[in-house]
Amino acid sequence: MGKTLFEKIWEKHIVKTIDDGPSVLYIDKHLIHEVTSPQAFAGIEKRGLQLFRPKQIVATADHNVPTLDQHLPIKEQLSRMQVDTLIKNCANHGIELYGLGHPYQGIVHVIGPELGITQPGMTIVCGDSHTSTHGAFGSIAFGIGTSEVEMVFATQCLLQTKPKQMRINVEGELREGVLSKDIVLYILAKISASGATGYAVEYAGSTIRNLSMEARMTVCNMSIEMGARCGLIAPDETTFEYVYGRNFAPEGIEWIKALQYWQTLYSDDDATFDAEINIDAADITPMITYGTNPGMGIGVNQLVPLGQSLDIKDRPSFAKAMEYMGIEPGSAIRGQKIDYVFIGSCTNSRIEDLRLVADFVKGKHKADEVEVWIVPGSKQVEQQAIEEGIDKIFEEAGFQLRQPGCSACLGMNEDKIPAGKYCISTSNRNFEGRQGAGARTLLASPLTAAAAAITGRVTDVSELLAGYN
Amino acid sequence: MSKNKINIIHSTFVPLNIENVDTDQIIPARFLKGTTRDGFGKNLFRDWRYENDDEATPKKDFPLNQPQYNGTILVAGKNFGCGSSREHAAWAILDAGFSAVVSSFFADIFKNNALNNGVLPVTVSEKFLEEIFSQGNEATLTISLPEQSITIDATGIKERFDINSYKKECLINGYDDIDYLLNIKEDIINYETQHA
Ligand code: SF4
Repeated sequence: MGKTLFEKIWEKHIVKTIDDGPSVLYIDKHLIHEVTSPQAFAGIEKRGLQLFRPKQIVATADHNVPTLDQHLPIKEQLSRMQVDTLIKNCANHGIELYGLGHPYQGIVHVIGPELGITQPGMTIVCGDSHTSTHGAFGSIAFGIGTSEVEMVFATQCLLQTKPKQMRINVEGELREGVLSKDIVLYILAKISASGATGYAVEYAGSTIRNLSMEARMTVCNMSIEMGARCGLIAPDETTFEYVYGRNFAPEGIEWIKALQYWQTLYSDDDATFDAEINIDAADITPMITYGTNPGMGIGVNQLVPLGQSLDIKDRPSFAKAMEYMGIEPGSAIRGQKIDYVFIGSCTNSRIEDLRLVADFVKGKHKADEVEVWIVPGSKQVEQQAIEEGIDKIFEEAGFQLRQPGCSACLGMNEDKIPAGKYCISTSNRNFEGRQGAGARTLLASPLTAAAAAITGRVTDVSELLAGYN
Repeated sequence: MSKNKINIIHSTFVPLNIENVDTDQIIPARFLKGTTRDGFGKNLFRDWRYENDDEATPKKDFPLNQPQYNGTILVAGKNFGCGSSREHAAWAILDAGFSAVVSSFFADIFKNNALNNGVLPVTVSEKFLEEIFSQGNEATLTISLPEQSITIDATGIKERFDINSYKKECLINGYDDIDYLLNIKEDIINYETQHA
C-alpha cells in the first residue's frame, strides 16, 4: 500500500515502537528560544545530564525582545532575565545562539528556513506551536512543551503517537488580492479551530503548488490554529531552489545526495488519508476574522453571523466573543474602524510580505488616526528591506519599520495594543488579550492589513487593486 | 523529576462551561517570564479572574472566584487548551491544585503537556459533559485511572475514557518519558549510526 508524505518521513525517523504505546521519534533539528527553554535547561542540570547533541540545536531570542533601540539593554527586568538566561545556557552547553545584535537574529520560524537549517524530509521541533511553519519544506515539524524540550536535550528523541492523516486540496487560480493567508483563514472558517485536531495535514493541489515558499510557510504556520499536530507540503522545484545556496544547505555531493532523498518525498497515488477536504480557489476572497478564535473568519464583504444561526450550545461562547470584540452580530465587518495595523509575526513577516505591502502602498499615505507597525521577521529581512529601498516607501507612507521580533503578535514584550483598540494584524491568533489585555484583534493578510492602514477601516483590497492598476 | 502519581481521584469539581479555552486564557503571555516551573497558579485564568488586572477586584461571576466551587478536578467545554504550546498552562493548572481536567475534546499539545506533568486529561462525550455541568456545586466525581472510568457519584452515571497503556503506566507509577528515553540511549546511538 502506498504511503503519505508524512508516513515516509515518520517511518524513517522511528528508533523503536513501544507495544500498544507511542513510538520513539528521532529529531533532526531542535530550535529553541528564551521563553520555553529555561526550565528544560534547569531540568537537565538537576538530573546531572549533558546535552546529547548540542550541534543539532539552534537558539534565538525573539518573544521578549524590544523592536526599537535593540542596541540598548532590555528595559523590562524579567524579559531581560529570560534573554540573559538563554545566553548563559547556550554558552554553558555549546549551543549556537543568534541572539540580539547577531546578523541572523529573528523569529525562530523565520530564521530556520532563511538560513537553510530547515530542509525537506527532516523532523524539526521547537518549544513553540508555530513550528508547523517548517512543514512547508516537506518536513515533520511540530511544537512541543518544555518537558519535551528537556527530552530532546537529553536524548534527541521524543515519544510520539502517530497522528491521523488529512489532506486539504486547493485547486484553481486565486482571485486578485487573495493571498495564501486568505487560503488558510478560509480553511479555518470552514473546518473550525479544532477541525484538524489529531491530524497531520498535507496541503496539496495546483493552488498550493503555485505558491512561493514564503506563501507556503504562511499556510503551514496556521495548521496549529486548526488543532493539527503539523502541516506539510510536498517539496518540489520551488522548495529545492529556495534551499539551494543558503548558509546551512548541503553543498556539492551532499546536495546531490540530499536531493535524491527529497525527490522521493510525496504522497503515493494509492496512499490513504483518514480525511480529505477539497477547496476551489475561486471561492476564496480576502478574509478577516471578527471573533476570538482564528476559525471565526469571513470574507471582508460578508456579514458577521447571527447568534441564532449557530448551534444552541455554541451561542454562549459566540456571545462572549462578540462582547469582547465590541462587534454587533449580523453587522458588516467592512468599514469597521481600525486603530492599529500590525504587519509582522512568523505568519507574515518575510521579505515577500514586505515587498507586497510596499508595492501596494507606494505613493499612498496611511489614514491619520491609524498607527502602523511593520515588524520584519529577522535581521536579514530588515537588511534586505533597507537594501531594496522598501524602508523609504514605508516612511513616506507613514508606516513605522521596526526591528525584528515577535512584537505585537503576543502581549509579552513592549509592543502591546491598548485595551479596547482594534488592531488588524497579519499574525495568527485573535484570542482574548493575545495582543495585550483587552486588545481586539482582526486577523487578515498583509494586503488587507495595508489597505486598512490607508483607509483606516476594514476594506476590500481587491477593489483598491482594481482601481489602482 | 518524577511526577505526581495518579490512581483514583475523588473530588468536587470547578466548572468552566466555556468552549475553545486557549492557553492564552489559561495563562496570558505576560506571565510567562519565569525561569522556574513554580508560581504560575496564581495567574491561572488571570484576565477572566480579575477586573482590570487587579487582584483586589475579582470578577464575582468567575467560577474560580466562587467559594462554592472547589476541588481538584477542572471541568471545561470542548477544545480545551488550544493555541500556544506553552507548558506554563499545565504548570498553572497543577500549581492551582488540579490533578485532572475533564472536557469533551483536548488540543494535542496541551494533552501531552498535561500528561508530562501528572495532570490527567479525561476526554468524555458531549452528553456526559453536559451531565456534569448540570450537577450542583456539591456533586463529586470519581475518576479511576486503573479502570479508565469517570463517574458522577450522585447519579452513578459512568463513562470510560481512553488513554494509551504506556501513558497510563507512567501516570500510575509517576514515571517520566525521559526516564524511558534515557534507558534506550544505545538504541538511539545505533539509529544515528545507521542513518548517518
Ligand atoms: S511571532 Fe507570534 S506566533 Fe510566531 S513565534 Fe512569535 S509569538 Fe509565536
